[in-house]
Amino acid sequence: MAKKKLKEIAINQNWCKGCGICVAFCPKNVLELDEGGHSTVVRPEDCILCRLCEMRCPDLAIRVIEEEEDAQ
Amino acid sequence: MAVQEYIRERFFPQMWCEGCGHGTILNSLLRAIEDLGIAKSDIVMTSGIGCSARISGYVDFHSLHTMHGRALACATGVKMAKPALNVIVPMGDGDALAIGGNHFIHACRRNIDITAIVMNNRIYGMTGGQYSPLSGVGTMATTAPYSSIDNAFDVAELAKAAGATFVARTTTYHVAEAVTYLKKAIQHKGFSVVEIMTQCPTYYGRKNKKGDAVEMLKWFKESTAKLGSKELENNPSLIARGIFADEDKPEYCSEYNKIIERASRR
Ligand SMILES: Cc1ncc(C[n+]2csc(CCOP(=O)(O)OP(=O)(O)O)c2C)c(N)n1
Ligand code: SF4
Ligand code: SF4
Ligand code: SF4
Ligand SMILES: [Mg+2]
Repeated sequence: MAKKKLKEIAINQNWCKGCGICVAFCPKNVLELDEGGHSTVVRPEDCILCRLCEMRCPDLAIRVIEEEEDAQ
Repeated sequence: MAVQEYIRERFFPQMWCEGCGHGTILNSLLRAIEDLGIAKSDIVMTSGIGCSARISGYVDFHSLHTMHGRALACATGVKMAKPALNVIVPMGDGDALAIGGNHFIHACRRNIDITAIVMNNRIYGMTGGQYSPLSGVGTMATTAPYSSIDNAFDVAELAKAAGATFVARTTTYHVAEAVTYLKKAIQHKGFSVVEIMTQCPTYYGRKNKKGDAVEMLKWFKESTAKLGSKELENNPSLIARGIFADEDKPEYCSEYNKIIERASRR
């Protein structure tokens, strides 16, 4: 069966204003704000692909990109 | 197709303040349109004036950035001339219900097939934090330094009573719900109103000590409940989210077509 797997959480640092919404409401604490105040991915392995970060970002700065992979 | 394909990238990063919920409403709307698979050239977005109204500049659809409070009047003209197009009208609370209140109730009354989105931050963001007809008693604003004594409109009840045939309310915290309601509203044949409670951390948040965008989203989560839920029943002070009206009634452009037919038979 095809299982969804994370390829990349792409954050456009030029568009991110550092509001922290994605960080505060990620159910798995995947994201943090870096020293520059931009959202950054710290625990990608924990991501459950819920896309809440992507959907709540007011600046359209996040894209959760998934990989189609065949699981055993 | 990613939502980024529906925007005019050259205007990004957008001008809204850090954490402003208006951007999340843009995000939800683009997702709704993407899910419905509507072609960009089949959509017209008409807006008035306000931080909220700036939304029409960011979308890669036909767009009209018109006068304060008059977005629905302009949209009515567009829809009457080109009934096949999807007309979407995002408005601020001031734009829709203060200066534009009269246009709002009459668009509801006509049941013209337009999707109105009330981006309700309960304040005039653009002009520096004056209170609006949706601020409500107790709200602090530039023009109410000792707090407002004005009752607020309940947009959902008002729209329903005025004749809107699809009415829903949600918040910028409840994004999946927002996408669902916007999809239903766009697909609905008749006048639809989706009120989305949204955060203006810069004025509403600061003046009312509601904290930053994150704190305001937590407040939306805690101060609202789904229509028909136990939570709402047990605590009527919560603000109801959900679908308040969804009915079939004669739509204005269809009725007008009948008039055209009758007139051309003579
Ligand atoms: C005819 C007219 N009157 C007043 C104004 C000033 N004005 C600009 S935006 C605005 C209110 C904006 O509030 P709202 O519609 O709630 O939008 P927000 O900025 O909060 O998104 C006002 C009064 C104007 N531009 N035109
Ligand atoms: S929600 Fe968007 S703008 Fe806010 S911190 Fe996250 S990526 Fe940046
Ligand atoms: S997709 Fe969900 S789990 Fe993954 S980073 Fe975004 S909010 Fe967190
Ligand atoms: S003033 Fe308020 S409504 Fe306007 S962009 Fe800033 S946060 Fe948004
Ligand atoms: Mg407003």
